[in-house]
Amino acid sequence: MIAHLLSAADLDAATATLVLDTAGEMAGVADREVKKLPTLRGRTVVNLFYEDSTRTRTSFEVAAKRLSADVINFSAKGSSVSKGESLKDTALTLQAMGADAVVIRHEASGAPHRLARWIDGSVINAGDGTHEHPTQALLDAYTMRSRLGRLAGLHVVIVGDVLHSRVARSNVHLLHTLGAKVTLVAPPTLLPVGVGSWPAAVSYDLDSALSGADVVMMLRVQRERLSGGGRDSFFPSDREYSRRYGLDDARLRRMPAHAIVMHPGPMNRGVEITAEVADSARSTIVEQVGNGVSVRMAVLYLMLGGL
Amino acid sequence: MTVAYLVRSVSILGGEPTDILVRGGVIAAIGALAGDALAGSDDESSETTEALEVVEVIDATGLVALPGLVDLHTHLREPGREDAETVLSGSRAAALGGYTAVCAMANTSPVADTAGVVEQVYRLGREAGLVDVQPIGAVTVGLAGEALAELGTMATSAAHVRIFSDDGHCVSDPQLMRRALEYVTAFDGVIAQHAEEPRLTAGAQMHEGEVSARLGLAGWPAVAEEAIIARDALLAGHVGARLHICHVSTAGSVEIIRWAKARGIRITAEVTPHHLLLTDELVAGDGGLTAYDPVFKVNPPLRTKADVEALRAALIDGVIDVVATDHAPHATEDKECEWAYARPGMLGLETALSVVADTCMGDGGSASGGLDWDGVADRMSRAPARIAGLADHGHDPAVGAPATFTLVDPAASRTIDATTLASKSRNTPYAGMGLPVRVVATFLRGVPTVLDGALVAAAPEVAA
Amino acid sequence: MAYPQTTKTILTAADISRTVDRIAHQILEKTEGARDAVLLGIPTRGFPLARRLAGRIATFEDVSIPVGVLDVTLYRDDLRMRAARAIGKTQIPPAGIDGRLVILVDDVLFSGRTVRAALDALGDLGRPRAVQLAVLVDRGHRELPIRADYVGKNIPTSLSESVRVRLSETDGADEVQLYPGTDTSAAPATGAAERRVVA
Repeated sequence: MIAHLLSAADLDAATATLVLDTAGEMAGVADREVKKLPTLRGRTVVNLFYEDSTRTRTSFEVAAKRLSADVINFSAKGSSVSKGESLKDTALTLQAMGADAVVIRHEASGAPHRLARWIDGSVINAGDGTHEHPTQALLDAYTMRSRLGRLAGLHVVIVGDVLHSRVARSNVHLLHTLGAKVTLVAPPTLLPVGVGSWPAAVSYDLDSALSGADVVMMLRVQRERLSGGGRDSFFPSDREYSRRYGLDDARLRRMPAHAIVMHPGPMNRGVEITAEVADSARSTIVEQVGNGVSVRMAVLYLMLGGL
Repeated sequence: MTVAYLVRSVSILGGEPTDILVRGGVIAAIGALAGDALAGSDDESSETTEALEVVEVIDATGLVALPGLVDLHTHLREPGREDAETVLSGSRAAALGGYTAVCAMANTSPVADTAGVVEQVYRLGREAGLVDVQPIGAVTVGLAGEALAELGTMATSAAHVRIFSDDGHCVSDPQLMRRALEYVTAFDGVIAQHAEEPRLTAGAQMHEGEVSARLGLAGWPAVAEEAIIARDALLAGHVGARLHICHVSTAGSVEIIRWAKARGIRITAEVTPHHLLLTDELVAGDGGLTAYDPVFKVNPPLRTKADVEALRAALIDGVIDVVATDHAPHATEDKECEWAYARPGMLGLETALSVVADTCMGDGGSASGGLDWDGVADRMSRAPARIAGLADHGHDPAVGAPATFTLVDPAASRTIDATTLASKSRNTPYAGMGLPVRVVATFLRGVPTVLDGALVAAAPEVAA
Repeated sequence: MAYPQTTKTILTAADISRTVDRIAHQILEKTEGARDAVLLGIPTRGFPLARRLAGRIATFEDVSIPVGVLDVTLYRDDLRMRAARAIGKTQIPPAGIDGRLVILVDDVLFSGRTVRAALDALGDLGRPRAVQLAVLVDRGHRELPIRADYVGKNIPTSLSESVRVRLSETDGADEVQLYPGTDTSAAPATGAAERRVVA
């Protein structure tokens, strides 16, 4: 198993499939009375979260604790992290504490890569800047496989701010590795220069992309940054964004009957997705959260459970 | 007692081996000098006790003599960031790199925007006594881009400033740039522009391209550099002023400069050694622990292979006039951190000649055939001395010329070790790399600053 | 007793069939009808064995015993000695295990560590009334105080030998072999020189 999980591209097809299969077995633990496995007893997992994220942090915390690991939380507020201690000094502290794994979320792309140079333990990227979020892609793939029975040959449409999305980057890597076909839909201003070399099709028109989609994944719009920025805006207004790229009931009906709607959360109800669509039976948004724990248990087990 | 130096069997600019006699700060003789010329001129008797001369012989077999290198673009960090570099430590690095003159950029703390600060830097250079430090003055007060600094006062100060630059920042306001270009023509000054349209590079971290898209780092598009070069070339042409472009980094910029020169615009341009060798792929590393290493973070950023090849060809055919190091020392904590928080910049003085030899000489990776030693002398000594107005520098070793030259071993190679560089800082992108050519000796007006590849312990007082 | 130097067949398909029948009878006898029993097979081959036992029990006395599978990978005590292993399936029958008699089924009983792991796994799943163990082969060399309630065949072995059980459900044929060497990754095919060991 790989020593660090920094990018979804670190996983080849066999390893990614192993993670998903393992997650399937881990899912059973959630239904037991004793939601505990002894497997990572004596291992220390540190959650190093420079960005606030209750959702992802608690997901990793629950996953680690269900495997009987000891969990230590370093969060941005009220710790040496917020007092300006450098990442390197924090790494040396973690090293001295004997952290077996460090789960890191950071606003700077590449922070996990730098951390991995300074500690002996495993580094798991829980989201670095606008680079990647590999466990999100894994839980997304797991969700698709659970709902639709397969991944190879699926047509996945990812809609929204691709330029700034670490979820999009990780999903493009992983879905390609597992044999799915990806189409990215966004206004030209929200697509990175160089997207042409990615293993994904690109379209500016949401409606035409929907009719062949098995999965439609909506990305979160950052309204303050994107449409409220005056001269720096990426698109004119929330309203225009919703009209051209928002998923509403009408568009939902244009999707094939079996197609599912996904969102990494948190949602802007009314901007990229309407409340009706978010709450419909075809939306996987709630189960994505539960799947996140199983997938993270699988990742922690495979990276720390052995040698 | 005076010391003269006899440099034996040296190849001047790659020519046939010959001897050079250095005496009294100038080159006294060139030719087959074993024995005879050492007796001195006719009216001196070897028995006179007044002029007792010692002749040190330097065996320069296999070495090439070049005019002392001149760097148009160095950051010496003093005053303000003496933890990263001082005028003294930077001078040491320069001398070891074969340099005899460096132009010190103005983005110090306080900024070199007054006669007081430029004179301070000038004085520090003279005290160090290893290279001639020529201060560059800021174009605008505090580098803020809003009001012209006292350019004339800096020009007439003891620092004798001729090059003005806000390097680190672009003079982005077109009206202000026009005024600056016009104003300095009065004293034959030149504005050296750091070409970067700030509205296009807000938050930028690396070259905008495939690698930045993959790595999730905000991009610095080539057009941000090219648009400013085009604008300023047209302005310079319009007002009849000289213009110098710092650290050109894109193929597109090369074409604009070529176009401007063809129209008779008085534009000169420099390229850094790192832009002749390194690309943005280094930021991606191997995708794992070597990725996002801030030693490769620099402004303007490392770009693509196509840009590197265009820059090499341009330096060889002369569209780019000079190599300038943009030597930018940074303390360890400013480089051993997350990419986004790291300061941009690389060391350059001690490795410049080696990188130029590796990339642009002979058939060193260029379709244009490459530079010979005469070409290297032009790009790294004569042309920069001319642009900077340094009359004492850029002279090929010749009888009567100032004895300001460097001896290099073209056959040697070395592995770059960050811990053994003379700079106070360690941020060299070439750590662990093997590079050709070694500087063996450097002379400044007849006094050796470097001998046998090492700094001379107590550099005797250098004549004015 | 001389230990074999080449691969030999300990149990043929016919032997295995008779042995399974005998264990099924023994279970019925010892549990007085097996009314509250649950058979849990330990992967890989414990599960098909458990199913066969349930089938024979149903034939002999028209009793339908629930069958499940219990993967013990996550409870092993030697996880840190190798890279993390893939986990097998765990499926407990809907009736559960609380208050019932759980009969663990495995193909070979050796050090006893696998069974110890299975007991820990059971503890996290519920509280059986009692736990018993049925194995096809007991090859000795116990490292923990574990014993089987039902044994198909006792085979004395040396630590430098391996026992390989093949079942038609997983390996295409029924056979139990004993062969030299501790490489358990692939049993050599039974070739010409076969010698039956008479117990």
